[in-house]
Amino acid sequence: MMHILEIKDLTKNFYLHEANREIKSCKNVSFTLDEGQFIGIVGLSGAGKSTILKCINRSYLATSGEIIYNSQAFGKIDLTKASEREILYLRKHEIGYVSQFLNVMPRTTAKEHVMNALLETGEAMSSAKKRAEEMLAYFKLPEELWDIYPNTFSGGERLRLNLAHTMVKTPRLMLLDEPTASLDNKTKVLVKDMLIKLKDQKTSMIGIFHDLEFMDGVCDKVFNITEGRIL
Amino acid sequence: MSRNEKPVLQVKNLFVRYGEGCPECATHLEKNRCTVCGTVWAANDISLEVFPGEVLGIVGESGSGKSTLMQSLYFDIEPTSGQAYLNGYKDGEADIWQVSAAEKRDIKNNVMGMVYQNPIRGLRMNYSAASNIAEKIIAAGSRNAGQMTARAEELLQAVEILTSRMGEAPKNFSGGMQQRVQISKALANNPSILLLDEVTTGLDLSVQAKVLDLIRKIKNQYGISILLVSHDLAVIRMLADRTIVMLDGKIIESGLTDQILEDPQHAYTQQLVHSLL
Repeated sequence: MMHILEIKDLTKNFYLHEANREIKSCKNVSFTLDEGQFIGIVGLSGAGKSTILKCINRSYLATSGEIIYNSQAFGKIDLTKASEREILYLRKHEIGYVSQFLNVMPRTTAKEHVMNALLETGEAMSSAKKRAEEMLAYFKLPEELWDIYPNTFSGGERLRLNLAHTMVKTPRLMLLDEPTASLDNKTKVLVKDMLIKLKDQKTSMIGIFHDLEFMDGVCDKVFNITEGRIL
Repeated sequence: MSRNEKPVLQVKNLFVRYGEGCPECATHLEKNRCTVCGTVWAANDISLEVFPGEVLGIVGESGSGKSTLMQSLYFDIEPTSGQAYLNGYKDGEADIWQVSAAEKRDIKNNVMGMVYQNPIRGLRMNYSAASNIAEKIIAAGSRNAGQMTARAEELLQAVEILTSRMGEAPKNFSGGMQQRVQISKALANNPSILLLDEVTTGLDLSVQAKVLDLIRKIKNQYGISILLVSHDLAVIRMLADRTIVMLDGKIIESGLTDQILEDPQHAYTQQLVHSLL
C-alpha cells in the first residue's frame, strides 16, 4: 500500500533565548502512514505527542529529520522544507488539523467559519453554504447557534465546530490533536462514526487521544510516546 | 497553485540610509545607527515577495523599518539602493524605483493602493468623501462623471459608509470612518496590491474590529494581495497568511503566521510573542 506520509528521524527541540535553555520534545521519531490508515498516539502530557502533529502541520519547525508527504498537487514533498506557499496550499486543500482550541476570526459566525474552509478552496458560495449546514447538523450543533459568534460557545460546542470546519473539506490527511477532549459520550459516538466514514473514503489520519476506549475500532495502530520517543 | 507562481510584488535588497555611511558601518551598528559615523540604516537589506491573494504581515517595534519599507514602495521616500518589481506593471520586468516620475504616478494610481496610519496623509479632509475617490479615478485618466459617482457610491457602500454621507468631508467623520474612506479611495482603480500601514492603530477596539472585518472582506471578495504592517500581533494573527518580523531595519525572521506565533526562533520574536495578551 502507498505511504501517504513517511516520518524519518524527526527531532524537535525548543531553544528559549531568555532562559538560555533548550527543551527537547521529540527525538528520532520514525513511522509511516498508509492511505486510509489511522494511527493513534497515546502518552503522558508533555511526552511530545502534539509536537509531532504540529511539525507535520508546520506550526512547529522540525530541528532535524524529514516528513515526506505524498501530495496530490506536488507529488512527494518534505514538509519540513516545503515553501510556505506550498504549505498554505496543502492546508487549504489536502491536510486538515483539528485541535482542542477554536481559532476563529472575530465577528465570524459558526456557519461562516465552516463555509470559509470551503470558500478558500474555491468552492461556490451556494454549495459551501449547503455543505456547511449539513456538517453542522451532522455534529448536532443546535441550529440557533449557526448564525452567532462562537465566543460564547461551550467547550464541547467549540470542538464540534472545529471538527465541522476541518472535516467538511474531507482532507486526504487529517491530524487530530485530542479531538474528543471535552465532548460528551453522545458526541464522541458521532465523531467516531465520522472518522470511520472518512477512513472508508481513504482519508489517512493521525490522532492523539487520552480516551483508549474511543480508539477501539478506529485506530489501525497505536503508538505510545514517552519522553519524545515511540516505545 | 503552480510552483512557478509569480509574486505580485518582489522587493530585492532594499537599503534606506540616512547619512553617508562609512566602512565601519557593517560592524559598528548600535540598533540601526552606526556608532562611528552616525548613519542611520532605516532599511538594511530587505527582500520579500507577496504572492497573489495573500496577506503578508510585517511586524516589529517602532523604528524597526516597517513604515520605511511601505513609504519606499509608495515612492514617499527614495531608497538608497534596491529593486522592486510589480507583476501588474510591465509584467514585473521593470524596477519601479528606476522609472520616471510620470510612471511612478501611474503605478500609484493604477497598480498600488496605500492606506496610511494617519488618514490626513491619505485623504483631502476638506473635499467630500466622493471627491476623494473621484480624484483617484481622474488621476487614472477617467473623465466620466456618471461613472465616477457610481464607483464612489459602490466603494463607499462596500466600506459601509452611508451613501447619504458621500457628499460630506472626511474632517466631519470619526477616525474609523476616515480610515474606511481611505481604504475605499485606495481601492478606486482596482489595484493589484494594497499597502496597509498600521491602519487600526489608535482606533477603539470596536472600530478596529470593523476595519479588520473590512480588510478580510476585501481579501476574500476582491482576491487582492495585501502587505499589512502592524506592531499589533493580534492583528497579524487574524489577517496574515505569512509574517515577516523586523528589528532595527532588518528582517530577523519570517514564516507562516501560526509558526511565528507558536514556534518563534529569534530572541526578539520570542519576547514579542510572550508579550502577547
